[in-house]
Amino acid sequence: MIVTKSLSKHYGPLVAVDGISFSVEAGEVLGFLGPNGAGKSTTMKMITGFLAPTDGSVSVCGFDVQENPVEAKRRMGYLPEGAPGYGEMTPMAFLDFVADIRGLEGDHRRRRMAYVVEHLHLDQVLHQPIDTLSKGFRRRVGLAQAILHDPEVLILDEPTDGLDPNQKHEVRTLINNMAPDKIIVVSTHILEEVTAVCTRVIIIADGRIVADDTPEGLQTRSRYHNAVTLKIDNAPDAKKLLGELDDVRRVESSEDGHLTALPKDGRVIFPSVSALARDQDWNVVDIQVDHGRLDEVFRDITTEVQE
Amino acid sequence: MKAVVTIFRRELVSYFSTPVAYVFIVIFLVLTGVFTFYIGNFYERGQADLIPFFSFHPWLYLFLIPAITMRLWAEERKSGTIELLLTLPVSMYQVVLGKFLAAWAFTGIALGLTFPIWITVNYLGDPDNGVIFAAYVGSFLMAGGFLSIGAAISALSRNQVVAFILTVVTCFMFLLAGFPLVLDFFYGWAPQVLIDGIASLSFLTHYSSISKGVIDFRDFIYFVALISFFLIANAILIDLKKAD
Repeated sequence: MIVTKSLSKHYGPLVAVDGISFSVEAGEVLGFLGPNGAGKSTTMKMITGFLAPTDGSVSVCGFDVQENPVEAKRRMGYLPEGAPGYGEMTPMAFLDFVADIRGLEGDHRRRRMAYVVEHLHLDQVLHQPIDTLSKGFRRRVGLAQAILHDPEVLILDEPTDGLDPNQKHEVRTLINNMAPDKIIVVSTHILEEVTAVCTRVIIIADGRIVADDTPEGLQTRSRYHNAVTLKIDNAPDAKKLLGELDDVRRVESSEDGHLTALPKDGRVIFPSVSALARDQDWNVVDIQVDHGRLDEVFRDITTEVQE
Repeated sequence: MKAVVTIFRRELVSYFSTPVAYVFIVIFLVLTGVFTFYIGNFYERGQADLIPFFSFHPWLYLFLIPAITMRLWAEERKSGTIELLLTLPVSMYQVVLGKFLAAWAFTGIALGLTFPIWITVNYLGDPDNGVIFAAYVGSFLMAGGFLSIGAAISALSRNQVVAFILTVVTCFMFLLAGFPLVLDFFYGWAPQVLIDGIASLSFLTHYSSISKGVIDFRDFIYFVALISFFLIANAILIDLKKAD
């Protein structure tokens, strides 16, 4: 379990993190969202014990990170921002170094090494200096190092940054597979990642928590939650008729001829829209129901704070 | 202790996987040769000892050791590996000690590779090998002193050029602490106790007595205390400035 209590970090007069409190239980995958410079990385650096908080405390698995850093760090795996690695080392030597420091031995060590090499597809680059690897491979070496000792807590700062779509998918699968018995904290600014891996989202803006919800919960805050978008090719008055439906707040039309009916207070309007289409004999060529647009919620929440 | 050994090993191997190690060793060996034979007049003196060889070590270290230490923390900061290293389950002192010992062992290797000169002097004459051994120990201890100062300064500045220059200047002050060049700054206003204290910090005074074959326990303590002081300073500085 991770517990942070009114965690703050000041750099001179600049307040990077301003009183963040939350706790995370095993089995949760917590997504840290926020604009650049919002304090995501600083918070992660304080959780992992790299930075000392100006105020407040963090404990990981019952160990206070400031008072008992070595015990807390033993239980954590951390992928720092930008996935740093020793350039002149090969991934093999680097992982050996981390395994030595983490005290992995014997059979367990061999199994874990084989596991990370297999799951992060490192076999073809194991003996090549890290400096010569592509960004994607470096990121995977960083991930391998973080999960090598099968930690209870994983802190991953932008784990999929710089990966191609296939690699992203693999890393997300890996995270999902590890999720059930671990605490995983992932920071990202890729919103699709949140719905793909997270069970909970914390949005940080200006060093403060501005939202703490499930991804679904956040989606329901969107004005597009339960909105119906459709394209009709034989009804010029469709926009007006849709707008007259009881639960429809307003109708937006896009340039390519799609109409989007936005519901009042997130009510379900699909049945009434489809009944209307049937009654009017509309020729519907495309129809879809929106679950809500995270990017729009994200923008709303984070710009509110800045204004 | 195991963590120190692991960090030590990683660091030492990394010296030899970059050109730094080879350039350093070659330059060190060439310069010791030049100084010993041309400036120290090794042959012309006609004496079977290594005094011309050892007497130039402080001046070689003055410029070569800052070149090793300037990158000690700067590289970790630049590549971001400092964040990785300091979030592994190791204490700050283990990291500082491991890195220092690796640098020290590396200069030890360079120093050890000067053995042909020892063979030469034994071939040419009948030197006192006890004195030569003591001088090697003294030189190695002095290198440790230089390294610990350089390491602490490298923790202070992420700019390698700044770290290099500051280290050269600081080491120069330590070298000449017992000489008028440094002491003149203090005469007239500082109390005699302070002046004596500063004078006793001189690398040269302590080194020259060891390199004459006299291993005085006090000289030994001096270097160990100096190294410990700067390693502690190093750990504190890194703790304060690691995020810079």
